[in-house]
Amino acid sequence: APGSRAVLSLSSSSSGPVSAAGPPLTGFVCVLLLVCVSVASASLDVGNNETRRTAAAETAEDPHHPTNSTGLKKAFPVLALNYDYVRKPFEIALWILLALLMKLGFHIIPRVSNVVPESCLLIGVGLLVGGIIRAIREEAPVLNTELFFLYLLPPIILDAGYFLPIRAFTENMGTILVFAVVGTLWNAFFIGGMIFGVCQIEGAQLAGVDLLSCLLFGTIVSAVDPVAVLAVFEEIHINELLYILVFGESLLNDAVTVVLYHLFEEFSHAGTVTVADAFLGIACFFVVSLGGIMVGAIYGLLGAFTSRFTSHTRVIEPLFVFLYSYMAYLSAEVFHLSGIMSLIACGVTMRPYVEANVSHKSYTTIKYFMKMWSSVSETLIFIFLGVSTVAGPHAWNWTFVILTVVLCLVSRVLGVIGLTYIINKFRIVKLTKKDQFIMAYGGLRGAIAFSLGFLLTDDNEMKSMFLTAIITVIFFTVIVQGMTIRPLVELLAVKRKNESKGSINEEIHTQFLDHLLTGIEDVCGHYGHHHWKDKLNRFNKTYVKRWLIAGERSTEPQLISFYNKMEMKQAMMLVESGSAARPPTHASSVSMQNIQPRESARGRAIPSISKSREQEIRKVLRGHLQNTRQRLRSYSRHDLLVDPFEDHVSEVRFRKQRVEMERRMSHYLTVPANRQETPAVRKVCFEPEHRVYTYDDGESPRGRAAQPRPGPADGVSLVSESPPGLGARGPDQEQEDQLKLSRCLSDPGPNHNKEEEE
Amino acid sequence: MEALHYLCTHKIVTIDSSSLFSVSFEQIGILHNRFKQLSHNEETLLRENFSKIPDLECNPIRSQIIEAFFDRRNFRQNGEGTVEEIGFEEFLVTMSHFRPPTLNMSEHQREGVRRDKLRFLFNMHDTDNDGTITLEEYRHVVEELLSLSEAMEKDTAKSIADAAMLEVASISMGHMEPDEFYEGITFEHFLKLLNGFEIESRMYVRFLNMDTTTLCK
Repeated sequence: APGSRAVLSLSSSSSGPVSAAGPPLTGFVCVLLLVCVSVASASLDVGNNETRRTAAAETAEDPHHPTNSTGLKKAFPVLALNYDYVRKPFEIALWILLALLMKLGFHIIPRVSNVVPESCLLIGVGLLVGGIIRAIREEAPVLNTELFFLYLLPPIILDAGYFLPIRAFTENMGTILVFAVVGTLWNAFFIGGMIFGVCQIEGAQLAGVDLLSCLLFGTIVSAVDPVAVLAVFEEIHINELLYILVFGESLLNDAVTVVLYHLFEEFSHAGTVTVADAFLGIACFFVVSLGGIMVGAIYGLLGAFTSRFTSHTRVIEPLFVFLYSYMAYLSAEVFHLSGIMSLIACGVTMRPYVEANVSHKSYTTIKYFMKMWSSVSETLIFIFLGVSTVAGPHAWNWTFVILTVVLCLVSRVLGVIGLTYIINKFRIVKLTKKDQFIMAYGGLRGAIAFSLGFLLTDDNEMKSMFLTAIITVIFFTVIVQGMTIRPLVELLAVKRKNESKGSINEEIHTQFLDHLLTGIEDVCGHYGHHHWKDKLNRFNKTYVKRWLIAGERSTEPQLISFYNKMEMKQAMMLVESGSAARPPTHASSVSMQNIQPRESARGRAIPSISKSREQEIRKVLRGHLQNTRQRLRSYSRHDLLVDPFEDHVSEVRFRKQRVEMERRMSHYLTVPANRQETPAVRKVCFEPEHRVYTYDDGESPRGRAAQPRPGPADGVSLVSESPPGLGARGPDQEQEDQLKLSRCLSDPGPNHNKEEEE
Repeated sequence: MEALHYLCTHKIVTIDSSSLFSVSFEQIGILHNRFKQLSHNEETLLRENFSKIPDLECNPIRSQIIEAFFDRRNFRQNGEGTVEEIGFEEFLVTMSHFRPPTLNMSEHQREGVRRDKLRFLFNMHDTDNDGTITLEEYRHVVEELLSLSEAMEKDTAKSIADAAMLEVASISMGHMEPDEFYEGITFEHFLKLLNGFEIESRMYVRFLNMDTTTLCK
């Protein structure tokens, strides 16, 4: 097959220039490769025909030359080509790889990525590729519904649902629901009705569009799309309230969309909708949404329960999270319930318990895999959208398309204004005009609308016209609104996201305030918001947590978990900054001794977090330090020609780092290292070149440096005196802690120190 | 009408028709009923009346909430110390700290409301009324918050409070010599600390939609 050979030759020849080329050349090569793979996939049909023909020819030959074929022996093929065998996975992998290379390329070119949001660029690439494929007159891969709904959409929704800010979401739940349900209904009926009206007035061209089709179209085009909203809003960093309002609406309107879509599609065949059907539709809505949530919650609880027992098999923990969530989505889809709501409910339910149960490494794995999958999905969706645009059947009708775009905007604006007016009567923190504008402007349509349009049965003769209009709306909202929303946000000075790191004070006061307000409500005798939230928390603590969280963590109050998480984060940060030998920028010289009351300074008892936690943190730090040490040592052992001078310097540097880290650690962790108050005097000894050094593990550096000190040529003579801070607490602590199962200890890390045990 | 009558006869309020006859009147009536219920139809409330509220028992900071009602610093009359019993007026004034924010507040008004509410919180923490929250007082706060959870090591509360104090000191003072001592959190430091907390939109009880500025003459 010629196409596949072209792929091979190009990939071998391009590996050279790619490494040396700048971004534009990379991009060009990527596009070329994309084209070739699509040509390859397309031409394989041709290729298959050829092989079939040759096979047929051979079988035809055989009866003619039976004796000859047994005599002649084919030479043993040293190199054979069998592209068919790997065709499907090869193409999928190549598509994904090239899509990601595109994404990489955009970020290397800073000028473009500041102006144009990523989603637009990806659609552009998709259009380009689609155009090239069309020019070669081949079949392009289309974003078909199954691929989208079963494989591309769930990772994005799971990522969004798992990391949903719960507090903001529940506080604004009423507003979000009103916008999702009433807003979408308004949009669907307004757009559908107006289009029907205009079509009746218009010429004979559009008269064939009946009311139900129009309403169906209205439903498809009215739903705000979570993928597009995420893609655009992620880059502009607006405040949490607006983000959660628009994004929450885009998630929850899935139930409405599902119900309306099925309702109208069923009855567009039947022709009429009766009042009874309308009531059934309303009942269906409740079933779909509540059923979806229930399915999700069940799977979430199952996942949480499973994670309770995974302490011995840490490596498969992340898989449970992903599989249970995916099962929740698929199970909901089986019954035509809302898969998106099920996925959200599963993630939200599972998260607090899973996070309490899994190890730190699994937590990081879950987080990064989710982000990774959702990023890949998003990229692929936008590229495919572009490709499908070029490929798909189109029926352009100026009136219809322009009308659709205008109506979408108008109905969104009217809907937001009207609903906000009503909602503000019930909200304490009212929505200002700026908020309303951003909400109206942020109502983007995306790939869900496209896929639903694609799903329309082919006997609907308006299908191509609908698809064209849908694609135009999507392009308009994503490109025009997506590009202009960032300058508008800056122009209107909309409040941005508060990039505050976790603060222990804020956490203390958040909890304090919760309890205070609950208490005040009790004094007033008014069973409000806080009262019920408090009751739910207590129920959660007494019953649910016991079942779903393993071991001692089940009774751990939230404040303590928060504090421990923060200390862990600080330790990680110290480790990272320590290896870069750069002091953190927010260093202030305030340390523990500044706040302890003077009288007790002498006989101060060293406070501690729970011993297992403290040990965990120390092990992280110590493990890292030892990693560095082992790395240094391996250099000196294998490479005997290494300059011992250099070896010694790096050892010394390592020791300096360690001292520095201990000092910093006692600043930021409130668990001070066991050391004396006077700062260490730091001296370094440079030995002459011909000595080779070997170090033992626990050797005191002071003993080392006390060895001969001949006058080195450079004259600098410093001896490092670091007090044995970390190591000193080691031996007896270990005995105690062998009894306690720390999460970190049970992780089989790559470096097996003798303290780490199952 | 009884509440209004009560308020007038005790010369607590001068009727300002524009504000008092709006939404707030009904809520004053509700609160008055609640007052009567808690005090068993007496004129004043004692601490025992509060302790008897069943829902408050599960609240970890129960004693601090009750103390806040009897703290004269919250009566907006620049008083100090505590009282043993309170009347309806004081009850109402303490409750007024939990008003929800109104829509069209100027930046100055918003700042005033924030200071007001943060002052209330500050008073709750600063039990000896010396103008600063010392380490001991802050430790007490954290201990109270964690008081209802079982099997907790006492030192954990201390470390959390210490870490929090360290954070305040870092934010407020920036740089300190090793022999300097940080006395405690003053009100200004407290304001700075909770600057991003948006307390004016968070510290309210939903139905207390009243404007009590006319009450305190």
